[in-house]
Amino acid sequence: MFEAVLLTVITAATPLLIAALGELVVERSGVLNLGVEGMMIMGAVVGFAIANLTGSGALGVIAAIGAGMAMSALFGFLVLVLVANQVATGLALTILGLGLSGMIGEAFIGVPGLRLPELYIPGLSDIPFIGPVFFQQDAIVYLGFALVIAVTYVLFRTRAGLILRSVGDNHGSAHALGYSVIKIRFMAVLFGGACAGLAGAYMSLAYTPQWVENMTAGRGWIALALVVFASWLPLRVVIGAYLFGAVSVLNLHAQALGLGIPSQFLSSLPYIATIAVLVLISANRRLTLVNTPACLGKPFVPDR
Amino acid sequence: MRIELVKRKEHSEVMVFLSPVIAVLLTALTAGIIFALSGLNPFEALYKFFIDPLTQTWSLEDTIAAATPLVLIACGLAVCYLSNNWNIGAEGQFVVGALFGSFLPVMLPGFESFLTLPLMLVCGMIGGALWALIPAFLKTRFNTNEILTSLMLVYVASLLLDYLVRGPWRDPDGFNFPESRIFSDAATLPSIPGTSISMATVITIGIALVLTVILTKTLKGFEIRVMGQSPRAGSFAGFSSKRLSLFAFGLSGALAGLAGIMVVSGEMNQLQPTISPGYGFTAIIVAFLGRLNPVGIIVAGFVLALSYIGGEGVQSAMGVSDKIASVIQGLLLFFVLACDTLILYRIRFSSRRAPASAEVSHV
Repeated sequence: MFEAVLLTVITAATPLLIAALGELVVERSGVLNLGVEGMMIMGAVVGFAIANLTGSGALGVIAAIGAGMAMSALFGFLVLVLVANQVATGLALTILGLGLSGMIGEAFIGVPGLRLPELYIPGLSDIPFIGPVFFQQDAIVYLGFALVIAVTYVLFRTRAGLILRSVGDNHGSAHALGYSVIKIRFMAVLFGGACAGLAGAYMSLAYTPQWVENMTAGRGWIALALVVFASWLPLRVVIGAYLFGAVSVLNLHAQALGLGIPSQFLSSLPYIATIAVLVLISANRRLTLVNTPACLGKPFVPDR
Repeated sequence: MRIELVKRKEHSEVMVFLSPVIAVLLTALTAGIIFALSGLNPFEALYKFFIDPLTQTWSLEDTIAAATPLVLIACGLAVCYLSNNWNIGAEGQFVVGALFGSFLPVMLPGFESFLTLPLMLVCGMIGGALWALIPAFLKTRFNTNEILTSLMLVYVASLLLDYLVRGPWRDPDGFNFPESRIFSDAATLPSIPGTSISMATVITIGIALVLTVILTKTLKGFEIRVMGQSPRAGSFAGFSSKRLSLFAFGLSGALAGLAGIMVVSGEMNQLQPTISPGYGFTAIIVAFLGRLNPVGIIVAGFVLALSYIGGEGVQSAMGVSDKIASVIQGLLLFFVLACDTLILYRIRFSSRRAPASAEVSHV
């Protein structure tokens, strides 16, 4: 029983984890991309469509990553090159993504989906309890684990990570030192788009292998909240993602138990929990101020 | 070739008005390309989408009906955005306003008097305002990001509506359909006698005009502007950013709530699991396209309403998905934001790296 619950928690947490990690890198570079939901839903629909047309889950995942990156490139062009308002542009990205995905996906409603195969890690998957939970998953779950390690390492142990963080904390100084703020931010934005696209692919190819309009249901927004919750530290994103994964599967399990709580109340729990967590974190000024990228959301126009 | 932004000495008043026009044209161009790619005659499709709704009385009336809630919500959002309060949860405030306003006709259907309708509208405003004050309170008290909290409350509000119409507020004589009982005549928002223009439209235009006066002629309007552009300067003038946040959220919530109850009472006549085709989100586009100015918003609301009606038009006439409407809405916001760059900057295309000159901005 516990094993089964844990399995659903991992499945629910994975898209949140991946999307939030991507956004964390974006925000560390000083850019606030509120369009995670839009990039994610595009990843979901494109991933589903390509996997369905080609019969290959891997191609679907790659296409989803591409779709997320294309969306983020649009965002990057507007906020980095044209210095458009980041909040409004992020919203535009979400509105466009929801519309475009609905249009693309119309042909795929009710079409049976393709589920990514589980990859058993030899040796490790045979360990009782831990094996089935952690080592009999699909490739994206493993990729999520790998991303946590990679992002932590690159951000805090490499020169590239130091430069990225310096751009996010003080773009003026980084520019004076000769770093191309715009280029670095653009790459961070693209990485965020790739992660959101991948998270979307997980939604439509593993979480519920089908296309339903609006199927991300606010997960992109929750991923944004997770970055704040994690105070911009990748390892805390893991904790947050699993916490929220657990809250969102509560609905499933509570209904199986036959508790007399209306399903709508349980469905609203992840959103209410997000608000509660945001309040708790933001009320603690010490925690938020230490890691918040100082230039987050501020536009930069280089003087040449 | 590289694109360079050259800061203008002053922001361009011409571009403030020209930018949305360019954006609409670019959107139409892009929409034409999308239509052509779907194998349709782009000119015919664009005509059906943008012009045809204006040629028949019924579709013109539908457009006005759809524009009304958009304008009302966007007016409130303009006050928020002008004062740097990012309320993006108007969709939820719309729903909660509709719920508060519907309490009377659903729970006390026997109460039919000339007071019913005014009370409903007031309740709707209170409901929307209360829902909007949650993120405002969390922002002012705990410094919580209002963007995320106001958006999360949209999901909570829709689930609350869903619960009520399937549970306690379901019509007892409704054969188990997830709908509330039909509102009585006393609870139905009428049209102007002799026309088919709803009272909602009149109320909305009235509010937009009052808001224009407030924003341009009163101290409150000045406060809203100053606090948006320079909170530091505003605080020297004795304005409180916290009180203004509560005011802006409260006002925009009240207007969204009013829009909600007017749609339910005037058009649907009952509560259903879904009562809005995304008015609260589309209104964000309306607010920006209308230059955060109530008169501009009336025009922009009409343009965005066309996209709903035109979307249905191309769907029924040419078999295009009506999702094209939200694609066009998203594109429009993108183009407006991109064109707004021209208000503050000139764009210079240079083939080589230009030497820094005096007019190049120094940040």
